[in-house]
Amino acid sequence: MPPHASYTHLTVLDIVPFGSIAGKNTFFALRLSRPDWPEWQPGQFVMIRPDSFGLEIPWPRPLGICDMNDRYLICFFQVLGRGTERLAQLSRGETVAVTGPLGKGFHSEVDTPTLLLAGGMGIVPFIGYVRSHPQPWNLSMVFGHRPPLSCYPIESLRERIPVDILRETIPGDLDNLLFTLHERIHDYSAQNGLILGCGPKPFLRTLYGYGKSMGARMQLSLENTMACGVGACLGCVTKTAKTTPETPEYVQTCTKGPVFWIDQIVL
Amino acid sequence: MDLSVTLKGQSHTLSLKNPILTASGTFGYGLEFAPYGDLASLGGFIVKGLSLKPRGGNPTPRIVETTAGMLNAVGLQNDGVEYFCQTTLPKLPSAKTNVICNIYAGTVEDFGALATRLDGEDGVAAIEVNISCPNVRMGGVLFGQDPALAHQVTALVRKNAPKKFLIVKLSPNVTDIALIAKQVEAAGADAISCINTVLGMSIDYKTRRPRLANIVGGLSGPAIKPIALRCVWQVAKACSIPVIGVGGITTAEDVVEFLIAGAHAVQIGTANFMNPQTSFALVPQLDTLLGSLGVSSVASIRGTLKLD
Repeated sequence: MPPHASYTHLTVLDIVPFGSIAGKNTFFALRLSRPDWPEWQPGQFVMIRPDSFGLEIPWPRPLGICDMNDRYLICFFQVLGRGTERLAQLSRGETVAVTGPLGKGFHSEVDTPTLLLAGGMGIVPFIGYVRSHPQPWNLSMVFGHRPPLSCYPIESLRERIPVDILRETIPGDLDNLLFTLHERIHDYSAQNGLILGCGPKPFLRTLYGYGKSMGARMQLSLENTMACGVGACLGCVTKTAKTTPETPEYVQTCTKGPVFWIDQIVL
Repeated sequence: MDLSVTLKGQSHTLSLKNPILTASGTFGYGLEFAPYGDLASLGGFIVKGLSLKPRGGNPTPRIVETTAGMLNAVGLQNDGVEYFCQTTLPKLPSAKTNVICNIYAGTVEDFGALATRLDGEDGVAAIEVNISCPNVRMGGVLFGQDPALAHQVTALVRKNAPKKFLIVKLSPNVTDIALIAKQVEAAGADAISCINTVLGMSIDYKTRRPRLANIVGGLSGPAIKPIALRCVWQVAKACSIPVIGVGGITTAEDVVEFLIAGAHAVQIGTANFMNPQTSFALVPQLDTLLGSLGVSSVASIRGTLKLD
């Protein structure tokens, strides 16, 4: 249980669309008034619920924390369904209910070469991770994506660390991404570096497979459907490494994760 | 305002400082919600269903959001009664509020064994018997759909847990809920919770697949409130023991509707997911609402449905 989590109402400072696909904006940076949190970690998330959900949309939506400073909290989201559609309709001055910071964030070792692997929206937690890292020269990133690069808040990262950007538009691009991921994970695990990954399930499964086979020190941030975000509904569970076909063992992604070491889970 | 409630059962009495309880499966073991409110301010909380042995639960996906509700097929994932008694229970504020244990088993005998185990735990104020979970194979909702089995389970738990206030949680997935309620009352229950989730289903039309791994699951949330109100009203008319209303409550107005239908107390379920402070906030909100209605106590508005 996160000791400092709170439920509070925050004011929307602005909501900024990023990029567009077929003339439509589906990626948004949501800037909120600063919550009264004593501390937070990159990789943690919030449950966010605007009044417009009413009774029709019961669950708040889990959004990864992009970054926070002494003035505001930034979340970044993609419109994928009815909940995020309504989030995208928020306007300046409205308030939203926010529970957080929730879950366990990414591990950080200041002096260790650290490889960040982001697929699409998986870039979100690394914005704050890179910004707050005391020795950013130890960090580098591979970013794989399909929608245009303008959909993602990548500029602040490129100012601080080297980022290999690989866009997947035709089937051959995927092979290139997989090759690059394999090579880089191999390099970092050979020097006992730290490897952190976040992205969609197929991307994470790839990282998991490479990481396990190379014995890498790797953490992955999982994304699952959540109702509560506080460990009660048991909906967001993921299988632990101790699971067997006869006796499945699940843990909550929201409270035991969302960031796990790869030897804790099976993907 | 007197918010206190006395649940006067057949062999035991349970005192609540207010009628707000939390529903099993929606509030963890209480501790998950401690950052968001004072657990001791609640009338009590009902912990996630306990089984005799640890249970891994169902495969995922286990939950789906629906219009004004949600489906779940969690399959009673829990660490088992022994782990709960040794590790979790000592951390719960049993001296300050009612810690109620929800129990589930696949056989009548296992229900009896759970009752025996919990009867010796002073920190447990009451037992709520779940004869209505729709998500577990090997029986599951069966106990709550068969009047004779419902009687048998209730009678055995009553016999094996002589020290505990005994609540039985009923399923709405039956033809005549009052019939089951009367059997449970005849078998010695002190109170009845109604209702558990309503069996439902969700399909993804694009993939033509069910959205739950379990195919079907239990519907909860505001969508089922009218069903719950109807069941509370029918059971309260049919039985003399107290009824605890549960199903889709999100506001103090909802609470008062259940009281008018005949409920002595209520449980807050899915609304805990909407906002982790819901149950805590409802206590003062109910106080204010009852005051504005010119009512001096919870007891004085109970069962006051006007039919003329």
